[in-house]
Amino acid sequence: MTDPFLLIAYILLFPGFLFLFAYSMTFEFLDRRIVARMQNRVGPPFFQPFADLVKTLGKEVIDPRGVDRPIFDAAPVVALAAVMTSFLYVPIIGPSPLAFQGDLVLVLYLLTLPTLALMLLGWLSRNIYAAVGGIRAVTMLFIYEVPFFLALMMPTLMAGTWSISDIMAWQEEHLCLAILQPIAFIVALIGLQAKLERTPFDIPEAETEIVAGPWTELTGRRLALMHLANETSAVVGSALIAAVFLGGLAFPWTVESAILSATVGFLLFLAKTVAILLVLSIIRAATARVRLDQLNTIGWKYLTMAALAQVGIVLVMMASGVGI
Amino acid sequence: MTRIVVPIGPQHPALKEPVNFRVVTDGERIVDLELNLSYSHRGIEKAAEQRDFIRVLPLIERVCGICSHSHATVFSKGIEEIMGVEIPPRAQYIRTIIAELERMHSHMLWLGVAAHEVGFNTLFMWTWRDREAVLDTLEELSGNRVHYNMNEIGGVRLDLSPSQVEAALARMPVLEERIRAYVGMVEDEETMLTRFRGVGSLSREEALSFGAVGPTARASGVDYDVRKDDPYLVYDEIPWNVVTDTNGDVYGRTKVRIGEIAESLGIVRHCLENLPGGPIRAEAPKAAPPGEILSRYEAPRGEVAHFIRTNGTARVERVDIRTPTLANWTSVAHCLIGRPLADVPVIVAAIDPCLSCTSRITLVKSGGDLGKDAPPPNGPRGWSR
Repeated sequence: MTDPFLLIAYILLFPGFLFLFAYSMTFEFLDRRIVARMQNRVGPPFFQPFADLVKTLGKEVIDPRGVDRPIFDAAPVVALAAVMTSFLYVPIIGPSPLAFQGDLVLVLYLLTLPTLALMLLGWLSRNIYAAVGGIRAVTMLFIYEVPFFLALMMPTLMAGTWSISDIMAWQEEHLCLAILQPIAFIVALIGLQAKLERTPFDIPEAETEIVAGPWTELTGRRLALMHLANETSAVVGSALIAAVFLGGLAFPWTVESAILSATVGFLLFLAKTVAILLVLSIIRAATARVRLDQLNTIGWKYLTMAALAQVGIVLVMMASGVGI
Repeated sequence: MTRIVVPIGPQHPALKEPVNFRVVTDGERIVDLELNLSYSHRGIEKAAEQRDFIRVLPLIERVCGICSHSHATVFSKGIEEIMGVEIPPRAQYIRTIIAELERMHSHMLWLGVAAHEVGFNTLFMWTWRDREAVLDTLEELSGNRVHYNMNEIGGVRLDLSPSQVEAALARMPVLEERIRAYVGMVEDEETMLTRFRGVGSLSREEALSFGAVGPTARASGVDYDVRKDDPYLVYDEIPWNVVTDTNGDVYGRTKVRIGEIAESLGIVRHCLENLPGGPIRAEAPKAAPPGEILSRYEAPRGEVAHFIRTNGTARVERVDIRTPTLANWTSVAHCLIGRPLADVPVIVAAIDPCLSCTSRITLVKSGGDLGKDAPPPNGPRGWSR
């Protein structure tokens, strides 16, 4: 894929920005629909997330008094740009053409940016609910990020590479990493739930406590872009976990035609990400929001310890040659 | 961290009612609290003095949207006692049925709200769905979902037909099964337990000293229920139990309320099955003789008391309403100090506050002249700390 035209098509059309946008809308629809069905509600129609986005984009932008406008405008754009960029390094069908050694680290860091943007927005909003929410968001970051990073670094240990595409390729030759490292897989799923600030980890935007947290003063396109950044994060996070932990779940037979093989690979990608979304949605519908101090206990006492235990297990497995 | 003041209410998505908390927090921990009540004084007591008894009943029912039957019953009970009118057994049973259905739907509503306050919206959706079955029953029996208007001085307005009784009884097994599901959920759902256990703890002594009533007091082990301690209607004739718990926290209050839903269901079923025949109204005189009475009643939220003074006419000279929320407020303020900010909604919700009902304030000033002590210009200010 050295052809510049193809590369641009990859970035902009498929599986780049356009696909990411469309898929994140579908993702939101599925999420809302699954939760609605679990809650005995009807749920939104298919186009609702898109309609919501268009409507919010067209709404008036209201500046809180005394707000630092340039940064307030820039933060949602930065958040969205970071998430969209990170998607380019996540393998969808085959390995990503932009893959390099260390792109896993880059993706993880780019996925952290929306949280930092949220903290900044909360702090700049000149609103007590937003400020408290922003502080909560960044406090939470320190709690879930450690086990989340540990869990996603584990595959690099076993596969001996820092590239997501290479980890995926490694799994096709060996075993699925979700089977080899089940604890890391579960910790990564919980960490993703926390990263996306979904129940039980929706502490920064706890509606009944601090209105909407950092989102309180966001209006119009700022709200729409921030919301889109959140939705695309869900897709990128699911795709990342699908590539890193479920990469081995390839189609067992060789498909002859190249186009057919790509289609099968794409369908597999959809199936894996939707399966991850299903787990996240079920967690969202089946839990209550925990408190920040309780999350502290969960994060450091259980998740980090579990991730560290997995490190030990992986090291022992590698020393004894199991699974490699 | 520095101290910050978080204003909660009177417009806030967590509190749908007009109340204002100024929560002073040190980081996430609450260090001080100021409560401002009484944003919606409606003058119901004064309005009640201008009408005859028949027209007071629909008015006094509107003190509260949830405990509407409670206020109407406690008022007519008081007037009937002053008049010396004994209402027929069938009317007593019908009043009891409506009262217990009201308790069921109130507690189910509360359970949903409490779940929503801790972000557990699934339980919220489920309880409110199942609550519809109770509301449908009430609508079939009285014609209304919220303000049933079943009471009259001397009896009830509507009789229950055998087919209505049958339809109401048919709904009971479904509700029974749902209540069992809630009991399971409250005891097993781990994230909800972490938010409810040990939150808003109130010891038995504290509950007594703050004068807490209703499920709030019973969850702290105070065995006080007007239905048992000062029986009215048919509560001394039918089998039922006072539900108490010793946890004293939000978890205990949840358990008490779920237990009470089950008890209420038993009472409704018993009353429907053993509904006596006869008239539904006794002939009551138009005017009441002069007298004073403190009429008490166990509303879903706790003891509601009406002080009624009559002067020989068809109107009351004075009616003073004490809602259970007023009795429970002081314990809330006590529970909140030292808790994380995140616990505010659930601790406040745990007493099942009904703030517009509470908006009638008596100005108390020790040793001073009350006449000069006019309310502040911004409206009457309530209990503050």
